[in-house]
Amino acid sequence: MQYTLKVNGKHHSVDVENDTPLLWVLRDELGFKGVKFGCGVAACGACTVHLDGVASRTCVLPVEDAAGLEITTIEGVADGETLSDIQTAWIDHQVPQCGYCQSGMIMAVTALLEEIPNPSDDDIDASITNICRCGSYHRIRKAIHSVAEAREKANV
Amino acid sequence: MTHRGLKLDPSTTVTAPENSMSVGKSIKHDSAPLHVQGSAAYVDDIIEPKGTLHLAPGFANSARGKVRSMNLDTVRNAPGVITVLTVDDIPGKNDCSPALGDDFILSPGDIQFHGQVLFAVVAETREKARRAARLATFEIDEEVPTVNIDDADSNVLPDYEFRRGNPEDTINKSPNNLMGDFKIGGQEHFYLEGQVSLAVPGDADEITIHASTQHPSEIQHIVANMLTIPEAQVTCICRRMGGGFGGKESQAAQWAALAALAAKLTGRPAKMRLDRDDDMRLTGKRHDFTCNWEAGFDNEGILHAVSMKLASRCGNSADLSAGVNDRAMFHADNSYFYPEVSIHSQRARTNTVSNTAFRGFGGPQGMICSERIMDAIAFKLGKDPLDIRKANFYRGDKSITPYGMEIEDNIIDALVQRLENTSEYRKRRDQISDFNRKNPILKKGIALTPVKFGISFTLKHLNQAGALVNVYSDGSVQLNHGGTEMGQGLYIKIAQVVSQAFGIDVDKVRITSTNTDKVPNTSPTAASSGSDLNGMAALKAATKIKECMTQVAAAQLNCNLGEIRFEHNQVLAPTGSKGAEGDDSALNSMSFAELAKQCILSRVSLSSTGFYATPDITWDREKSTGQPFLYFAYGASCSEVTVDTMTGEMKIDRVDILHDVGRSLNPAIDIGQIEGGFVQGMGWLTTEELVYDKQGILRTHAPSTYKIPTASDVPEDFRVELMPSDGNIADTIHRSKAVGEPPVMLANSVHCAILDAICSLVPDNARSSLPQLEAPATAEAILNAVASAQEISSK
Repeated sequence: MQYTLKVNGKHHSVDVENDTPLLWVLRDELGFKGVKFGCGVAACGACTVHLDGVASRTCVLPVEDAAGLEITTIEGVADGETLSDIQTAWIDHQVPQCGYCQSGMIMAVTALLEEIPNPSDDDIDASITNICRCGSYHRIRKAIHSVAEAREKANV
Repeated sequence: MTHRGLKLDPSTTVTAPENSMSVGKSIKHDSAPLHVQGSAAYVDDIIEPKGTLHLAPGFANSARGKVRSMNLDTVRNAPGVITVLTVDDIPGKNDCSPALGDDFILSPGDIQFHGQVLFAVVAETREKARRAARLATFEIDEEVPTVNIDDADSNVLPDYEFRRGNPEDTINKSPNNLMGDFKIGGQEHFYLEGQVSLAVPGDADEITIHASTQHPSEIQHIVANMLTIPEAQVTCICRRMGGGFGGKESQAAQWAALAALAAKLTGRPAKMRLDRDDDMRLTGKRHDFTCNWEAGFDNEGILHAVSMKLASRCGNSADLSAGVNDRAMFHADNSYFYPEVSIHSQRARTNTVSNTAFRGFGGPQGMICSERIMDAIAFKLGKDPLDIRKANFYRGDKSITPYGMEIEDNIIDALVQRLENTSEYRKRRDQISDFNRKNPILKKGIALTPVKFGISFTLKHLNQAGALVNVYSDGSVQLNHGGTEMGQGLYIKIAQVVSQAFGIDVDKVRITSTNTDKVPNTSPTAASSGSDLNGMAALKAATKIKECMTQVAAAQLNCNLGEIRFEHNQVLAPTGSKGAEGDDSALNSMSFAELAKQCILSRVSLSSTGFYATPDITWDREKSTGQPFLYFAYGASCSEVTVDTMTGEMKIDRVDILHDVGRSLNPAIDIGQIEGGFVQGMGWLTTEELVYDKQGILRTHAPSTYKIPTASDVPEDFRVELMPSDGNIADTIHRSKAVGEPPVMLANSVHCAILDAICSLVPDNARSSLPQLEAPATAEAILNAVASAQEISSK
């Protein structure tokens, strides 16, 4: 089947089976290698992207469900060379260890902060269910709070 | 008893200068900017060479049996299949074991565990390979699998024992004695990046393997033996892993070997990336243990003797079980002096996947047994467990371990005292008692437990490392060493060491992939020793180059060798010294880059290797004597939990950690290891439960059935501090200490705190044997322990 996918603002044509998980279309057909395969059952969150701004796990999501939606991957988070405030906070707080889960993690957090600009720890716990096997959660919380604070200050 | 007389010797001490540019600073992980943009390439992200084929493993739905026949016709005829690999395709040695030759790459028809690979499909795409792999049919003479430790009728390795005195007799004669047993669960690594290798055939018989592995040299060795080609024709490369945790120490090799075999047979690049379910079924885990213990002690709770029997589920082959079980024994004392002792170890053979290295390497399992004994004594005597722990700490003339090593760097008293104060343990203990009196259902518990972890490979020859450092004409530096990067920050730490040596910014040091053609014959990156070993090797390499550069600099800047300093990207001579040309402009400095160029013009080498072998390792396993460890890393943690005794739910309210890393090479990296290690240990001891059914089939082979900690499981109040330190007493790289594994055992305090909460259900006058809490303390295990507490109370 022929699909046109809009990824990070650009349109791409792909010819794949309609039930191919979006993850593999993004990775293997379009080369967005920042989107990671973790578990294949949408439990770990390594494959998280945004579909119309909503954090979505793509390893079990058929490509046909994503056609026509705005897809944003980790590659589309920075503004050219300029990292997003979340990406910068991730570096400043030394969040990533092995780093493999962090592109999905950053996508999930980016969506969370759009929805809840100043999330509590409970909000974070409820929304960020991605697995980080290196156990960087404590720093993830700190980094999220620092971004929320900085954004609040900037808006005052 | 042996004694190695460790002491600080200023003449050999390597310490960071006061105004360090690099070492000791919280410099960001070298891959951080790539990690946050998704551009850090893991093996599956490498752009595949044209024509790359994909492999999938084939196995039967049986845990034990003999394959009478295997029909692969439908597999071969399936769409996209290029070939199917079986044992007959292996030209050389069919073995991917780390040492003992007992792990088949492809089984010749003997099934010893569910998931034993009988064939591998090579197809145009991974999906086609996976679909085809399901089509095989088998005739199998099924046998009854041995699944559990208790059922094992054979062992993968002989029993082993440490013994001092006559503990059995002394226990019987002690004023008090207790006995108990304890089950300790295993743990799935769940490295987020699964096992993966890409093999690319090259000139003649050359082959290059990009592998996610902690041990590139072992892959090189196994592939060379399998293909009957010299090791010199095999190159293994690892830029980074998406987590390793021990799971890619020995068990990355099988997949690399199969990819290499496919590449060899087809002449095309071949990649093998396991699906998650296969990864969880087909690769080994942390060993689960049973512990039977007896202890004799006085009325103050001071031990007279301890006898322990540790038995572990090794699976169907030895793999790394010798080292894992030895390390469990080495840590069954933790920080406590056992005057008379026997620690006996059984390494049970079962028809399950061969268990393997996992962060801590048996140490956590051994150590938590010691804590169980402390808790049992405290419960029986009606004392605070912390007081029993402190009363039994190694100190003074009670500093000889059960394996005869004298502990000379002991800081456990000071460390635990500091944490006891900063965590306000006593005050909170009172508050918790008060809480528990008022609340019949919710019960709180608190525990403060120590960690003493021995650093060095207990297999002596692994305690070596090599490095290769190149300086280029523009002053940039390339750093290679034998250690692999799995997120622990090894690369940046070693880069800091090299940048410090040359007095240049760390970003001038280019860290390259770990590559067997740069640094050969390496040890696995394991045993927490990555920085210790590779840091020293890299420093030696850099120092050799620096000595050569210093000669050129002294000639150019017209001063003595000893006067040259490398600082802030400059090479400096004392003010007043003249340039070599006698120029009046008094050239008394030059940039590092300029000096590099001058060295080339002066025909001076800017490349050097460095090699390090850990000194003072004298362990003799046959005789059970000598020093297995160069030093110990220490730590302690205090955990407070709330347990719902109706539902078995548990919440960690607060954790305080104080950990010793000597003089930290990079505090932010080290604290990250401590936080992450704790979380991983916490998962092991609370929610992560591996379940095999009676047929030997793993029923928890996905994160949907195997509960790994997420953000919501992390303590609400989590405080981590590094123990202030003048540096490691042993002569390690800049006097730092290893940090990879020790923090896992900080989580012991969580398990002990849960037990403490459950113990509060038992009235003071009914205290005898402890309520039975197994590990992991899942809701089910907690409810069982609550029932056990109620039974004890009713007696």
